[in-house]
Amino acid sequence: MVQDIKFYQTGTFTVGNRLLDPDQRTVQSSIDRNNSLTSGHRACQGCGEALGARYAVDAAMRATNGQLIAANATGCLEVFSTPYPETSWQLPWLHSLFGNAAAVGSGIAAALAVKARKAGKSQSDVRVIAQGGDGGTTDIGFGCLSGMFERNDDVLYICYDNEGYMNTGVQRSSATPPAARTATTMAVGPDPGAEFGKGKNVPLIAMAHEIPYVATATVADLRDLEAKVEKAMSMRGARYLHVFVPCPLGWGAASCDTIKLARLARETGIFPVFEAENGEITHVTKIRHKTPVEDYLRLQKRFAHLFGTPGRPEVVARIQANADRNIKRFGLLEEVPA
Amino acid sequence: MKKPFAITLDPGSSLANKTGSWRTERPVYVDHLPPCNKQCPAGEDIQGWLFHAESGDYLDAWTHLTRDNPFPAIMGRVCYHTCEGVCNRGKLDSAVGIHSVERFLGDGALQEAWGFAAPQSETGKHVLVVGAGPSGLSAAYHLRRMGHAVTVLEAGAKPGGMMRFGIPKYRLPRDVLDGEVQRIADMGVSFRYDHKVSEIAAEMVDLKADAAFLAIGAHIAKRAYIPAKDSSRILDAVSILRSMEGAEPPKLGRRVVVYGGGNTALDVARTARRLGATEAIIVYRRTREKMPAHDFELEEALQEGIKVKWLSTITGAEGGHLTIEKMELDADGKPQPTGEFETLDADTLILALGQEVDLSLLKGIAGLVTEDGVVQVDPDTMMTGHPGLFAGGDMAPGERNVTVAIGHGKKAARHIDAWLNGATLAPKLERQVASFDRLNTWYYSDAPKTVAPQLDLVRRTSGFDEVQLGLTETTALFEARRCLSCGNCFECDNCFGVCPDNAVVKLGPGNRFEINLDYCKGCGICATECPCGAIDMVPENS
Repeated sequence: MVQDIKFYQTGTFTVGNRLLDPDQRTVQSSIDRNNSLTSGHRACQGCGEALGARYAVDAAMRATNGQLIAANATGCLEVFSTPYPETSWQLPWLHSLFGNAAAVGSGIAAALAVKARKAGKSQSDVRVIAQGGDGGTTDIGFGCLSGMFERNDDVLYICYDNEGYMNTGVQRSSATPPAARTATTMAVGPDPGAEFGKGKNVPLIAMAHEIPYVATATVADLRDLEAKVEKAMSMRGARYLHVFVPCPLGWGAASCDTIKLARLARETGIFPVFEAENGEITHVTKIRHKTPVEDYLRLQKRFAHLFGTPGRPEVVARIQANADRNIKRFGLLEEVPA
Repeated sequence: MKKPFAITLDPGSSLANKTGSWRTERPVYVDHLPPCNKQCPAGEDIQGWLFHAESGDYLDAWTHLTRDNPFPAIMGRVCYHTCEGVCNRGKLDSAVGIHSVERFLGDGALQEAWGFAAPQSETGKHVLVVGAGPSGLSAAYHLRRMGHAVTVLEAGAKPGGMMRFGIPKYRLPRDVLDGEVQRIADMGVSFRYDHKVSEIAAEMVDLKADAAFLAIGAHIAKRAYIPAKDSSRILDAVSILRSMEGAEPPKLGRRVVVYGGGNTALDVARTARRLGATEAIIVYRRTREKMPAHDFELEEALQEGIKVKWLSTITGAEGGHLTIEKMELDADGKPQPTGEFETLDADTLILALGQEVDLSLLKGIAGLVTEDGVVQVDPDTMMTGHPGLFAGGDMAPGERNVTVAIGHGKKAARHIDAWLNGATLAPKLERQVASFDRLNTWYYSDAPKTVAPQLDLVRRTSGFDEVQLGLTETTALFEARRCLSCGNCFECDNCFGVCPDNAVVKLGPGNRFEINLDYCKGCGICATECPCGAIDMVPENS
């Protein structure tokens, strides 16, 4: 029996592995990681966004040798990280308005390009990211974002998607999933929670701009997320990364289940993980253990009205149908050889 | 410092904000007891030595293993590895091949001639060990490591006890046995062979021993009454297996019938096949499910062409014909005679009905209790009713196999040491078992067990070559890395990575992690995402 030695103890699923060569390890497994978002921030216990932001920005810091500037939209990420006069950010970081993070990023990139040209270089070594939550990205900042894409400005925009306006009291955004209870989509009436058929899929809209790079990722798959950031930073032009970050407070979930929820979102097909270059999907992360959506929904109080007695099995079935559509549309299941 | 317009404070870091005050529960690193370790009769720290083997540090792994058991090469072959039966990985795909890795380490140690260090200092005490079987050798090894002078008295001409005179060569090659025993002799344990102890009290006085450990084994074959004419050839399994060590192998004929259902019955039937018997038939009075022999050994025997007559007893023997009575199980599962008879031809009938202990060396010892044919000992200390006299292995109560005997020897050695120092050992604290439901199995990828190659069936039945072959280094490493490390941190960095508050401090290779309670908010992600369940969430005191 001939088999390659693989790290079957944990595969490559864990953050680190003492048996791996150092250059194959993740940024997060290193004692020397930047901790771009450092301790003492005021995010809730188990915050997925705080975790996702550190994962993504640390990876970008490594990819750029620390030559990085961040523009930040208003939202949880901004509020919990920078209550005056403290900051958790360990890189040059700029906050302007709720809706203009992409425009600020574009402006920084333009200024850097001018500085580089004056220094006799073809392009700037200092790179730019702009980041925000789903509210600041898919709703309020969408015009600026589309403009940044359309002009192909040299910015990586990272959206941390926790599916609602959590900072202001859990209101619905255009990224809130159907049937979810929020302060503005109460679990009452014949169609409780957020309506089906509303909202938008910004990764697909970004792809429609045919920008160099679009990707989705979750906080449950660190290696995948870091690889995508690194790839994005190796490119120039407008790039978009959409990171799925569960919110224990807004979703009514246990703080210890943040990563588990992100994993289930991927394994159910609710959140497809893929990457696309110049408008074409180039890679899809396959589902490892296909899981019914119910396992994901039951962990969250925002879906509690779907369960119990009598429950709303027909609504759960619609959510399952949406997940199944994703699985088919993105080819999320491994082809079984006939 | 001159500040810009409308700015009144210096910029500060959020490190000033100690979010640890939010916490109601704190993560605590724990080391729970892996089920394999709990199961091991010899008390091996299996997960502990596999950890070293995973990184290819075989010397460290072997050193860690032999802390508890000096016979990895023997164990890897003859231990019934009940550890694998409780391995949590068995619920995921299939159990880790612990015995294969153990054997790989043991064989490697023999090849590299690794040895045990002599004790750092001598205690000046002298302990007598009676019997050089697994239990006696194990006790001698541990006592010597503690610095005691040890003399082993053995009735036979060579060491090993039932490992030599009971286990066939195709399961345990003798060079392996000799090699692992020699290592104990090299530590300074003295051996006297052909030295049968007839009175232990007198022997202790003669040799000026401070304490003694008795482990003479059970070498007397039990008999069953079978009415037989003179012409019938009836032998017992123990003496056949023992005579295999002599110059002249026993002559058993072409048709051999073995009576009994234990592992010895299988050993002797398989030996008979190798000695040229064209047919070897086991007669057993109950069913396969009720058979005390291990199923994998039965499976190997069946592959080699051994036949079994279930639900049958032998009621008579005459001139090469055996009378067999059919049995049936009653409501309690006990076999009852049916009155149906048949005849079976046999050149030799071999009885494999169990063994008894020769207790004659104990006569005149005050306080000693023998019951059910074995010496009664305090199960916590292995001491008999007579102070300073300890006993273990087959002559003490317990399951009779090599691993249990080795465990007895180790336990007795610890308590002999304490007794010699006038102390008693406090019972070890029971650790919580690392059960399967504490694991986050998402992080382990699926990998089937590496099946150790088996000798071709043809070669197996025609000689005494070893049946189970070992793993190569590649496969052994692969197998070791399948260990889930249940309940014990293996430094996967998950807790360090998944903390949203950077409150887990990585201490570097081998030093694991600690929690920075200044910032830990107690969210519990680290505990949930720990693959092996090595973090508990503990409520903060109010």
